[in-house]
Amino acid sequence: MADPEGGKPTPVGRRVVLGMLGVGVAGVIFGDPVSRAIGDVLAPLTAGDAGIASLVPGADNFQLYTVVSGYPAPPPDYRLTVDGLVKRPLSLSVADLEAMPATKLVHPFQCVTGWVVPDVHWTGVQLGHLLDEAGLTEGATALHFTSFDGVYTESLTIDQARLPNVIVAYQMLGGPVTREHGGPVRLYVAPMYGYKSIKWLSTISVVDHVEPGYWEDNGYAVDAWIGRSNGL
Amino acid sequence: MGPPPGKKRRKAEQLSRFDGIERLAHWLTASFFLTLIATGAALYIPAVIGFVGRRGLVERIHVDVGLALPLPLIISLAGTWGKGLRADIRRINRWIPGDRQWLRLTVHRQPTADVPVGKFNAGQKLNAAITGGVMLVMLMTGSVMHWPYYWPLSWRTGATFMHDVVAIFFVVVVIGHIGMAVTHPPALRSMFTGKVSRAWARRHAPLWLEDLETGP
Repeated sequence: MADPEGGKPTPVGRRVVLGMLGVGVAGVIFGDPVSRAIGDVLAPLTAGDAGIASLVPGADNFQLYTVVSGYPAPPPDYRLTVDGLVKRPLSLSVADLEAMPATKLVHPFQCVTGWVVPDVHWTGVQLGHLLDEAGLTEGATALHFTSFDGVYTESLTIDQARLPNVIVAYQMLGGPVTREHGGPVRLYVAPMYGYKSIKWLSTISVVDHVEPGYWEDNGYAVDAWIGRSNGL
Repeated sequence: MGPPPGKKRRKAEQLSRFDGIERLAHWLTASFFLTLIATGAALYIPAVIGFVGRRGLVERIHVDVGLALPLPLIISLAGTWGKGLRADIRRINRWIPGDRQWLRLTVHRQPTADVPVGKFNAGQKLNAAITGGVMLVMLMTGSVMHWPYYWPLSWRTGATFMHDVVAIFFVVVVIGHIGMAVTHPPALRSMFTGKVSRAWARRHAPLWLEDLETGP
């Protein structure tokens, strides 16, 4: 078919579309080191987790997730409850947690969808220590976590919970856990994807079976080992 | 008593620039894109996240609308009703010497009144091609993020990075597109009514007018 508008036509439109698709595919395969390099360059600007620089793609920025309206405010008389299949139910203030043996970690926060914040500083109490304090009774095989946002839940097996780098964190990024990041107290499960690290933690119930949490009901893996779980 | 002669003549001077299918496809795609930009902001910008929250719901809307994004185009192209759209896509794909000249003059902020361009100028052609490319890249990277377990972790990091970069790039393109539309009311009006005047075509799309007058 002759070109309706005369001249010598070149298929520039197709080249633009295919060129962008090529850049897109290359970006998926090779974008990880590029974004890490951008993160390193911007690190002085994004430190402290604020400012417009944190909106730059690849910057070491947290995507602040909340599944309810806004970031929930902590109740003024905040207590962390440990109950269920335990000998001694616990009700702990932040000061109570701070008085326990502290564990400090420097470890990335890795989202299952790919975004990652390297070298995050965490301070908290090993979850295993809380379980020892409460004392498990017979039939205890799993933990069910609830958030005071009223919606989000999570789960771990007792074995997973006893890993040394699974902590109930009251500090991250060099200060108390902020409201946006799930303060005053959140979970940090270092070996698993970020959705396991429930924010605004209010209750840890010791139970007899694993009950899938909020995102797991939407198809994500219950055993969310970073780089290993295939979720299928 | 009929309409006044002047009005009658002006009506006869109207040319069909876009048929109904093309306009429907444009506005459906536009509303999908605006929904994606709004929900994307509510997934990405901390201040908006704090205001909107409800990540599960926002994410579901974003993903569903994103997967539906190419449907208006695909359905419009699928049958005999897509004749006008197919012809326009062919026009948009092919660049003629006048397009390069138009682009050069525009980049140097010089008038383009006498440049022999067809139904679409180089800016419109670029906008359409970039929009098509953005749709493909966003669908691909979004799919990697939404079905994460099929891909290595580093690909997911790359996909997230590309999705963010291309989204910001495309927001700039959309702002430019809307800016051109509101500063060129006859062109904008034609995306509602389908019509442009003969005088407009003579000025902005001379080769197209030539073809209409002499036949293809």
